[in-house]
Parts: sequence; structure tokens; C-alpha cells
Amino acid sequence: MTTDTTIQERMNIVIVGHVDHGKSTLLGRLYADTGTLPEGKIEKIQAICRQQGKEFEYAFLFDAFLEEQQQGITIDTARTFFTWGGRQYIIIDAPGHKEFLKNMVSGAARAEAALLIIDALEGVRDQSKRHGLLLSMLGVKQVTVVVNKMDLVNYREDTFQAIEKEYREFLTQLNVVPQYIIPASAKQGINITQISPETPWYTGPSVLESLAHFHLETARNEQALRFPLQDVYKFDARRILVGRITAGKLKIGDRLVFSPTNKSANIQSIEAFNCDPPPTQAIAGQSVGITLDEQIFVERGHIATHEDTRPMVSTQIRANLFWLGSQPLETQKTYTLRLATREVPCEIAAIHRIVDANNLDDRHTQSMVQRNEVADITLRTKAPLAFDLYASFETTGRFVLVDNYDVAGGGIITELVADEQENFRTEARERDSAWVKGDVGVEERSLRYGHRAAVVLFTGADTTAKSFLARKLETVLVAEGRHAYLLAAENLQRGLDADLHDTKPEEIVRRFGEVVRLLADTGSLVITTTNPFPPTAKGIVQTVQTLVNPIQVVTVHMTKDQTGPQPDRDLIFAGPEDFDARTHQIIETLKQKGILAKPSSSQPAVQFSI
Amino acid sequence: MKHIRQLEDQSIYILREAYKNFDNLGMLWSMGKDSTVLLWLARKAFFGHVPFPLLHVDTSYKIPEMIEYRDRLAREWRLNLVVGQNKKALAEGMNHEKGRIACCTALKTEGLKLLLEEKGYTGIILGVRSDEDATRAKERYFSPRDKNNDWDFRDQPPELWDQYKISFPPGTHIRIHPLLDWTEINIWEYIKLENIPFLDHLYLDQGTGSRYRSLGCAPCTSPIKSTSKNVDEVIIELKNSKVAERAGRAQDEGRGMEQLRKDGYM
Repeated sequence: MTTDTTIQERMNIVIVGHVDHGKSTLLGRLYADTGTLPEGKIEKIQAICRQQGKEFEYAFLFDAFLEEQQQGITIDTARTFFTWGGRQYIIIDAPGHKEFLKNMVSGAARAEAALLIIDALEGVRDQSKRHGLLLSMLGVKQVTVVVNKMDLVNYREDTFQAIEKEYREFLTQLNVVPQYIIPASAKQGINITQISPETPWYTGPSVLESLAHFHLETARNEQALRFPLQDVYKFDARRILVGRITAGKLKIGDRLVFSPTNKSANIQSIEAFNCDPPPTQAIAGQSVGITLDEQIFVERGHIATHEDTRPMVSTQIRANLFWLGSQPLETQKTYTLRLATREVPCEIAAIHRIVDANNLDDRHTQSMVQRNEVADITLRTKAPLAFDLYASFETTGRFVLVDNYDVAGGGIITELVADEQENFRTEARERDSAWVKGDVGVEERSLRYGHRAAVVLFTGADTTAKSFLARKLETVLVAEGRHAYLLAAENLQRGLDADLHDTKPEEIVRRFGEVVRLLADTGSLVITTTNPFPPTAKGIVQTVQTLVNPIQVVTVHMTKDQTGPQPDRDLIFAGPEDFDARTHQIIETLKQKGILAKPSSSQPAVQFSI
Repeated sequence: MKHIRQLEDQSIYILREAYKNFDNLGMLWSMGKDSTVLLWLARKAFFGHVPFPLLHVDTSYKIPEMIEYRDRLAREWRLNLVVGQNKKALAEGMNHEKGRIACCTALKTEGLKLLLEEKGYTGIILGVRSDEDATRAKERYFSPRDKNNDWDFRDQPPELWDQYKISFPPGTHIRIHPLLDWTEINIWEYIKLENIPFLDHLYLDQGTGSRYRSLGCAPCTSPIKSTSKNVDEVIIELKNSKVAERAGRAQDEGRGMEQLRKDGYM
């Protein structure tokens, strides 16, 4: 056999299945029978086998570690390369042992298609099903099933059919339709590279032939644009926004809107190195750099889309999650959620049920998710998250959870769970979309003032000296030459809110948020407190954040109680205070957050990026 | 060439993730074809700039042309070049005659360790590829190393989709492998596609009927028989070859690579 010399495309394929069902053997056989192995490789392994007094197995060709060969199992995923029919395949051999499920998942997550191996003698086992379930969650939609070791059941058609029926029914529940189910014997080389006479009743392709029937995913180009921002570069005069387009396409002149901030601008150029003429458009899969015609505030994690096809935004999502962490997943604990390039703290609001791979109908509730389990959960993020449902967009519809430095789980989003901010968020989006701008941009104002617009919001019970510290902060900032303004919310009561008479707490908070937003839009540092709000007004901090988004809100909580649980704030001051020191501390926090540059008495040197 | 652009997009994504998430980042450059392709990809990822230092662990036994080429590109491409060397081992007379594994360990693995300790890098970008060696085939794109630089291949962290390991305990570091999915042929296809300057005097037959397929230290790297005089001929040669790429690298014999890599070799 000869291999084609012109490679047109490449594809990643993973081989999965229960331990000892013959994954590595199939891989070894595929390489040996297509003449793809390096010279002397088989001889070398045969010599080692003779030396160790054991029978040669094709599996040994790719089990690289000494321990793997000694134990006859695959510990970690191996990538092997294989060129056939104009395609360069990376074939990923995943371990079938339950203990190494995280390695199987790592391998399968890179794949576009899968070969799932089932032992004809043993039939469908635990990991056959668990791997099937995980493939569907990992986004591997193309699956061909190989019923291996047919030699051990004398190539009986009824044995094959029973396995085929059982597994096909299982996959149907996952909405997966196998492309082929192939009877084979990797050890004997039956139906691997070509159809053999041992199975005259089988009319489909061999394993090798079936690979050509896997197709490359091109549908993503036809979807709406998803461009998660990876970074913003300013190596030279250009301010370049970089990232990988995960769906759809973009071109020069397109109007982009960034979620969850709702900022928008037009694409001015597409930047590239060693590319003449420079590109004018780009499609899904490409790592690109663009410049905008207006210097709006954008940063890593924001998702750029076209205006009429934005992603969803919420602080709550429902998802199916598989857990690989060494510690169980628990409610009440904080994890880091990473979705595309966005990173945000989150907690598990509810574990609805544990999904049992062996019996998809039988789902039971538990208080935690153990390693290697799949669960249906609701997550709550600490800041609004832009996302899609997995059924509509693969990359922006899935996430990982990080626990103790490691990626410990992965999930696919099944539902948006509306949070209490939903109405305000819609209001802010619609208001921002229609916002009429002057000719002075955010960057110009920041350069002139030596700081970015921001809000410092003081919270806490009565008589904790919130107003006192807020006044002091305003005085110090203005003395330094900053544009700071103390908005005493009491001042809205007799004016803007005169018609409300404390009867509509939600509306009072909304109007307050919109006034803060207007003041901040002038480029000022707005200092304010929650002093005058009625005790019935809830979620003031969240509402202000939603309405002024993406302007930063720095929250300062003041309390006399040093022991009890404290709210989630940037700064918490408990007990007797040294107000000068506290003022200084707030100013330092503003500097750390990139809000304040150097004192504006000197030449405005901008140390923050817009 | 669509498959090469796919590889390029993936590698650029990895490089940008590395740059964003590691404060103290360096890229190993051995002047060989792979790490030079890696360097080129960095120039593409960062629009002509290379915003981190290029690290060369100099064993002092490199082929002289390699050093000239290194210094020329460093100048022309305005690279921040950092050269490290295990001077103590060299002063004590370390060379390959004391044992190839011992020499590689002292001059490369230890040389790299010394450089990492001195500069405190938390992320190191390397041009290793899966198809070079069976242990490299099992690597992650972002692969943690412990305080002793050891690789715990029995318990590698999960790597899901494009989410890599970017957080790690103090004192440890991450090896970043943007070229893991590239084959030797892909490297040459890319060199041709992008017209990347490479060490043509060593990698191509100069009329002697031989060329280097893989570059390392002069004493431990031998040329292969080949009459390939340009990149096209190299690609055709490789497509028809069934000899392993690192066959000319003496330290790989037996279980050499597994042991070397476990202890912190590239």
C-alpha cells in the first residue's frame, strides 16, 4: 500500500473504550498494516518482548513508558501521526482504565471523531458507556464503533448483532448516531485495513476505510460570529485586539459589540505579520488580530459578536458537568470558571442529580459530585458571564472549573437561569446600543484627567461613618487634581425621586444607578454611599454594577462588627478607623486596579490601558 | 496547505495564552528547525515582536555555524537573547566521552535548571513535537514541572479543549509546547510556506551526499545520507523515509529519552 503524498487537511481522531478491549492493539495494527511505522520499530519491540519472555503485542508499539509496557495498560494519551488518503490524522490513543479517565478526557477533548472499541467476548462494559457519554459531552459527534476480538467469538453474526443493538440503543439516548459499527479483530488483522472473508455477512467498510467518512467540521463558519478576546497588544502604535474566532466570520468595516459590556466599534483593519496583502476577512478557527476605529474599553474575556446576534448574559447557568478533581465538587465552595478566555469565580448553587452512565434513566440526587461522575448542576458566577447554550455554539457554550491550580471539571451549558438583574441588564444594553456620543472619546478624557472613570461605593450599616470617609476621599482626590464628585444619594430624594415617596424601592435604586452612570460617563470618579436607601431596597451594589457596566465599581464595606460574616467587597473596614490611613488605602486600591495613573500635576503619563 | 494554517492558528493561540498568563516567560531556542519555526510563530503571534527572552542552553559543543546564525538573527530580529551554560561542569571537563546521558544531563538538563533558577522563569516555551519520541507523544500543551524540574507523567493534569494549565504552586514551572501536533514534514512545509531562514548549510546536502536531519551537539549528532538540496526535496525524502528522525541522536538509545525527560530534559 502507498500513502498519498499531497496532504489536504488534518483531523484528530481518538480511540476510546473499556480497558483491555484492544484500543492500543487496533492502533498498532492500523500502523503496521498500512506500512506507516518507522523502520525497525516492530523488530525493536519484538526484541524487548523476547528479552522479557512475553508474547509480542501490537499494543506495545505505542505504550511508551516502561510502566505501561510492564503492566500492559495505557496510562496516558499518546498522539500518533498517520497520513492516509490526502489527510493527516493525529490518532489519539486514550487509556480505558477508569483511574485514567482524566487522561481519556484530555485526549478526547482534542478529537473531531472517535473510534469506540468494544470487546466482542466481554460485550458492552462500564467504560464503553461512560466513554460514549463523555464523547457526547466533549463535542465529539462522529463516532464509529469497532466490535473487536471477533476471532474469540468465531466471527458469529448473532453475537455482533446483540452488541450492535445494545450499544446503538444506548447512543440513541445521547442523540449520537454511530457512522458505522464494524466487526473486527485487531490482533488477527481482520477488517482493519480491508474487508476479510471471515465476516461474509458484513457489508460495511473496514476500519481504515471508515476514517475517510469522518468529515471536517466546516459548519462553524456559517454560524453567527463569536470572537472571544484573548488579549490587547500595544507593542507599537497599533492597538491590536487578538483572539481566535470560534464561530462565524468577520471582515473590515463590521460593527462589533462586546459582551457583557455592550461596548461597540467598527473593525478598522485585520493585522498580520508576513502577510502581503493584509487580510480583509477571517473565519472560524483562525487566530487573528484586529484594530477598531474607536478606542473603547475592551479586555480579555469579552466576546465580540455582530450586533443582532449577541450571546446570553447572566450570573446563573444550568449545565451538565463531568468532574475529574481529586476532591469532590461541593456546593458552598468557590471555584474558578473559565469559558473561552473569560475567568470568573463561581459557586455551585445546586446539584440537581448525578447522571449514571450505565443507566441514563436512573438519576439520583446527591450533595456532592465525586471524581469521574457526571452531574446536572446550576452555577452562580460572581460577575455577569457572556455565554451561549452548548446546543447552539460549541466553544462559548462550554466551560471548565479550576480547583486548586488544576482544571478539575468540564461542563456544557444547557440553560440560562434568569437572575434578579435580568431587567436592569436589558435596560443597560438597550440604552448603550442607542447611546448618542459626543466627539470626545473615553481615551481622550482619561489622558486629560489622568484616570479612568470609576465608581467608589460605600456600603454598611448606619453610623459606620460611611459618609465621613466618602467626603474625605473626595477632598483628597480633588486636592490631587482628580475629577472626583461626591454624589449624596439624599439629594435625589426631593428632586429626581420626588414622585416616588419611598414606595418603589427598586425604582429608587434604578434611578440612582442611572445617575451614577451619567456622572461616570463624564470621566469622573463618582463617590457615593448606600446611606439613604430604604431597608427594603435589595441588591443595590449589583444593580449599580449592572447599570454602570463596564465602568468599574470599587466597593468599600464599613462595619463595627469585626467577627461576623462579611459581604463580598473590594475593601472591608471593620472597627475603629484611622480615616487618613483608610483614605490612602482606597487610593492605593484605585491605583492597583489601573484606575488612577500618576498625580495629574505632572505630565499625564498613562499607566493604564484603555 | 490548509492543514499547516490550522496548526499555525493553534500554535499562535497557545503562544498568546502563554504570554498573557505567565509573568516570567522564556522561549528555548536551539537554532534547530523546530525552535526556529517556534520563534517565527512568536513573531507572527506578536506582529513582528518577540516580547520574551530567547534562551539558549549552550553546551559549548554546538556546531559553529549554529552560533553565527543565532547571533545574526538575534541582531536582525532584535531578539532578547539569554545564553546559559553549566560552566562548573564544563570546567570539570564534562564531555560526551564521560557518558552520553551523563553529558546531556549535566550540560543540557542541568544547564537549563541553572538558567531557570537564576532567572526564575515560571513558563518555558519549547519546540518539542509528539512525533519525535514516544514520551513526547504523551505530553500536554501546558505541562507542569515540580520544584526539582521533574515531570510526573503518571499524573498529568487534565487538559480540556483550549483551557490550559495556567495556575501552579510557587516554586514550580510550566513547560509550554506549541508544536506538539506538528510533524517533521509539517515543519518543513511551514518553512517553505513562510520562507523562514534556516541553517541551510547543515540541513541541506552541500554536495557531499549527506545532511543533518536533526541538530544537536557536534559529537553526538551525525548527518544522514541524503541528496536533498532544497526544502522540496527534503519533504519528498521524508515522505518516503521510514527512519526515525532522532536516529542520529545518540542519547536517545534504549530508554534514554524517558529517563532524561522525567528528570527535566526538554
